Amino acid sequence: MTWIATQIWLIPMLPLLAAGVIGLLPRRSDQPAMALAVGSMAGALVLSVLAFLFTLTHGGEEPARILTQFEWLRVGTAGAGVRLGFILDPLAAMMLVMVTFVGLLIFVFSAGYMAEDDNRARFFGFLSLFAAAMLGLVISNSLLLLFACWEVMGLASYLLIGFWFEKPSAAAAAKKAFIVTRIGDLGLFLGMLWLYRETGTLLFYDGGAGALEPGALAAMTTNRVTGTLTVATCISLLLFFGAVGKSGQVPLHVWLPDAMEGPTPVSALIHAATMVAAGVFLVARTFPLMAGGVDVPVQSGAGLALGVVATVGSVTAVFAALMAVAQTDIKRVLAYSTVSQLGYMFLGLGTGGVAVGMFHLITHAFFKALLFLGAGSVIHGCHHEQDIRRMGGLRRWMPLTFATYAIGMMALAGVPLFFSGFWSKDEILHAAWGWGPSRWPFILGAVGAFLTAFYMTRQMAEVFFGPHRGGDGGGDGDDHAAHAPATGVHESPRVMTVPLVLLAVSTLILGWLGTPAWPWFESYLSGHRHVPVAWDRLGHAIPLMVASTVIVALGIGLGWMLYGKRPRASATAADVMETRWPRIFAVLRDRFYVDEFYEATVVRAHRASSRVDRWLDRLVIGGLVLAAGALARALAFAVRMVDELLVNAGFDAGCGVMRWIGQGFSRIQNGGAQRYLGWLGMAMVVLTILVIWGWEGR
Amino acid sequence: MKPPLITLLTLAPLLGAMVVGFGLAGNGRGAMARTVALGWQVAILVGALVLAVLFDAGTGAMQWVERAAWVPSLGVEYHVGLDGLGLVSILLAAAVPLLASLMSTGVDRGREALYYAMLLLLQCGLFGTFTAQNFFHWFLFWEISLVPAYVLVRLFGGSKAGPASFQFFVYTMVGSVAMLLGFLALYAATGSFDFSELARWGRSGRLGAALAEKLPWADGLASGDHLVWWVFGGVLLGFAVKVPLWPFHTWLPDTYTQAPTPVTMVLTGVMSKMGVYGLLRIVAPIFPEQLRGAQEILVVLALATILLPTLAAFAENDLKRVLAYSSINHLGYCLLAVFTVIPGTQGGNWMDLAGAPALNGLILQMLNHGLTAAALFAFVATLERRTGGVRDLDQFGGLRRVAPVFCGLMGISMFASIGLPGLNGFVSEFLIFKGVFAVAPGAASIAVLGLLTTAVFLLGAMKRMFHGPREREWLDFTDLTTRERIQLGAPVFLMLLLGVYPDLILRWTNPTVLLLAAGN
Repeated sequence: MTWIATQIWLIPMLPLLAAGVIGLLPRRSDQPAMALAVGSMAGALVLSVLAFLFTLTHGGEEPARILTQFEWLRVGTAGAGVRLGFILDPLAAMMLVMVTFVGLLIFVFSAGYMAEDDNRARFFGFLSLFAAAMLGLVISNSLLLLFACWEVMGLASYLLIGFWFEKPSAAAAAKKAFIVTRIGDLGLFLGMLWLYRETGTLLFYDGGAGALEPGALAAMTTNRVTGTLTVATCISLLLFFGAVGKSGQVPLHVWLPDAMEGPTPVSALIHAATMVAAGVFLVARTFPLMAGGVDVPVQSGAGLALGVVATVGSVTAVFAALMAVAQTDIKRVLAYSTVSQLGYMFLGLGTGGVAVGMFHLITHAFFKALLFLGAGSVIHGCHHEQDIRRMGGLRRWMPLTFATYAIGMMALAGVPLFFSGFWSKDEILHAAWGWGPSRWPFILGAVGAFLTAFYMTRQMAEVFFGPHRGGDGGGDGDDHAAHAPATGVHESPRVMTVPLVLLAVSTLILGWLGTPAWPWFESYLSGHRHVPVAWDRLGHAIPLMVASTVIVALGIGLGWMLYGKRPRASATAADVMETRWPRIFAVLRDRFYVDEFYEATVVRAHRASSRVDRWLDRLVIGGLVLAAGALARALAFAVRMVDELLVNAGFDAGCGVMRWIGQGFSRIQNGGAQRYLGWLGMAMVVLTILVIWGWEGR
Repeated sequence: MKPPLITLLTLAPLLGAMVVGFGLAGNGRGAMARTVALGWQVAILVGALVLAVLFDAGTGAMQWVERAAWVPSLGVEYHVGLDGLGLVSILLAAAVPLLASLMSTGVDRGREALYYAMLLLLQCGLFGTFTAQNFFHWFLFWEISLVPAYVLVRLFGGSKAGPASFQFFVYTMVGSVAMLLGFLALYAATGSFDFSELARWGRSGRLGAALAEKLPWADGLASGDHLVWWVFGGVLLGFAVKVPLWPFHTWLPDTYTQAPTPVTMVLTGVMSKMGVYGLLRIVAPIFPEQLRGAQEILVVLALATILLPTLAAFAENDLKRVLAYSSINHLGYCLLAVFTVIPGTQGGNWMDLAGAPALNGLILQMLNHGLTAAALFAFVATLERRTGGVRDLDQFGGLRRVAPVFCGLMGISMFASIGLPGLNGFVSEFLIFKGVFAVAPGAASIAVLGLLTTAVFLLGAMKRMFHGPREREWLDFTDLTTRERIQLGAPVFLMLLLGVYPDLILRWTNPTVLLLAAGN
């Protein structure tokens, strides 16, 4: 079983091969494509579990780190080339299992969800490409390889968001996602270049010579750019900017809600569970750098970089939750919720370290995939209706979807004890509470928790409770709808509900891996295998747990009061909040006008400067060239005139003289032999005299 | 005696041009002219590949050197040789014109012989330029290549080909004349036209003094110290126009757009590399001090070359103009590498940190851009064949639904151009950026914006063409035929291969770079 540790590259290779083969298959080969995609993912899952078991059984004080490296670009003197490598450690193994497990379920779900799409083969090809990139990213031991996978994932995301590319909104969303994340990628790219310049390597771990190992870290944390700003901090912030783009944090969050234009399984896999978490993973992977040293206690708030991570995370957590409150598209609510939850993860990383942030990443991946697939099931059941105002009462016809969705909702909202989200979110709040530098992250986190409970309750109430409002355009007098689902709402097929059930079960189980009393998760990450149960640790955590329970109860209570007790009567009726606070509601619904702000500033400036530059090229510089050409032509004309009037005139005159001389000579050559002989004799005489004279002179 | 491989390779297209141009001219023999030219070009490609196989990757020195006196009284020698830089250029010059010929299905009837003869003659000029080691000889081929290019644009181009080709010819000619004058001055000062000999003068730092001594009359124009700057400026101008360096680029969009699209493939795929090649082979070794002295202004111009065209491209609607601007941008990275990394040739581990990555990246970028840009214009040619010349982005939409293979392959090429990892462009741009960042982090930080703005306009072009609702006009747009799939799939396959396994090329270039950067 230990072979897997060095052959870890096989895991991303399986889906990559599947993607390649699907790409070459004929366009309509749905069944083979599906089989390949699901099969390769199942294979990857098996290998991932093996790898996970390996990390469970190896490692002691330090977590096990199995590295495989190779030289990719042989440039420069021998051995100075660019090296890439793979790593298997607990962080990677955990992500491998999560990605392959959730991925496999979503692949299976997609087989049902996309059953009617005529381009299914391509869909599974793109999904496989995505999975390969994500798995490659997770096991990268090189920032360059990580970056490469990161970008390929961006491509897969672009292709899948724009999967229904004939819809202008989908095409626009795909382009927007690629470009906005690429803005962040510039930061990551520069951070990578800088790291390379400072350390001479891009490998994370390399037996002491890696960029994240004490030697390199010591140099980077002592070298200063200005004042107190160390090189390590600058590089960390640049890397974090990449994470901000990929994980949809403020101010680059605008692409993620639009990404919901993609098919729902894509939203579940890529824009909720895995890819958007890559930013969080990046910070976790480079954590020693972010923290500004290997052994710096996180709670001290050491390191400006982590402070920025915590701040951005907590602000995003609230900002996105506020926007989620006023959305009416079932997927957009979840999208903003994802942005908000990713903010929590950053908050956890910034204030509590790797284990805190990663625990929420893992639990969130399961319950958010569950919620998105549940939403997909709802959309499927309602014939591609996504507006929650046109739903209602669905629990009667979709019981299984309802039950699993409720579990996901309670996990997200943070309902105590049985739901994983409670434990992971509590860890984050706990860490934020204990964070030295500022109390604000905790306050923002608590407000976000309240809002999360509130908007999820609102969504549950609108979708599953109250009368059904679909079918007739939401006009008045549809009270019959409550009795007969005339619109043919139906529960989804088994291929879709089984993944829901499995995800729901995971959601219920996972939380127990990271309770204060038995923090197995944290120990596993740091390499300790045996974790004793310590009830006293639970005791310390209880006050905060109670507080967060109260917050969640308030959120759910308010949500139920506003939306559950008096359900919406018709699809067109105004929202309860809209009637009470119309202005605030409008601001939230219109997403704080961030998109409009960018449109009016950055986009417009780019467009204007493009026009100016085109004008510059065509008229100014091109004009100068043409003017120079015209000048040359004018000069040429002048020269020609000079030629004609002066030179040619002189030439003609010169020719006249020549002709005159020639005529003189021609008179001599008149053909008379005697005169020739006469001239000859005379010349002979002259020459003889000259020669003799010359001889004498010698 | 070793066979004169390089001479054979250089003369082969010339012979082909004669056979096709004189032997197969006239009506009714167009198809035959095309077949013969294609066959000839395939043979040339095979020959170039044989050279690549025989090439000794263990050394960066010139191989298959042929050297003979030509005009001894003027220091003119027939001196050719091939190193890693030359080999990569040769491969491009062998492959791209072949692909261009394959794409040239719409040549005017009755003039095929002229067209293909000119393509072959152009190829001869390219081979000569990339192998010559003596200025006189090199300059001859440099100019030879200009003539067929002009003829091809002028006679076979679009409706405004006249002014465009005239501008192209005159602009390039002005640059060439400036360069010629510069080299005549160098000859007067040093008595040599040989590149390596001139490079020795350049390194010794006595070039300025020699010029002042041998050309005393020029003191009236400029004092001795300044004279070397005039010479440098003249030589640089010749290359700056060819690459082009902003603001000497305005001939390019017009020429690329008006040229028949297959000819554009050669112009961007190979001819633009002549300028980069010259900078690396000629300017950098002979004028290291001057490059250092003018570094600031040159770096600013290189940054302008990277960024400004991406803005102009965003505002254009003609696909060819968009791609033409994109070409300027991509070669801008090469210029940035030359202007930032070469002047820093000193001490420490400069070589591993900056020199080797950036210069390897530069050579690789020449190849990658040649491959990708030529492929993209080949897709444009394929598009034009179906639309009757329409290539206005606004007139398309939803092409991906009717022609998925065409859009898929072209999309991969577009992403190669954007610099997606896994495809060829990323490798060379990463290496260039790594090298540049090590010596000039500020310039590198500004230049990365080009990676974003390129994505903006290329994704915009893809969205307008491939996505959105189907345009009714193109509902019967046929997807690629099997033959086209092979023709266009080959470069796309190479993009993938070089993106994943760039060592294929780097093993040729790295030894050469080590020699070049160390000053032989």
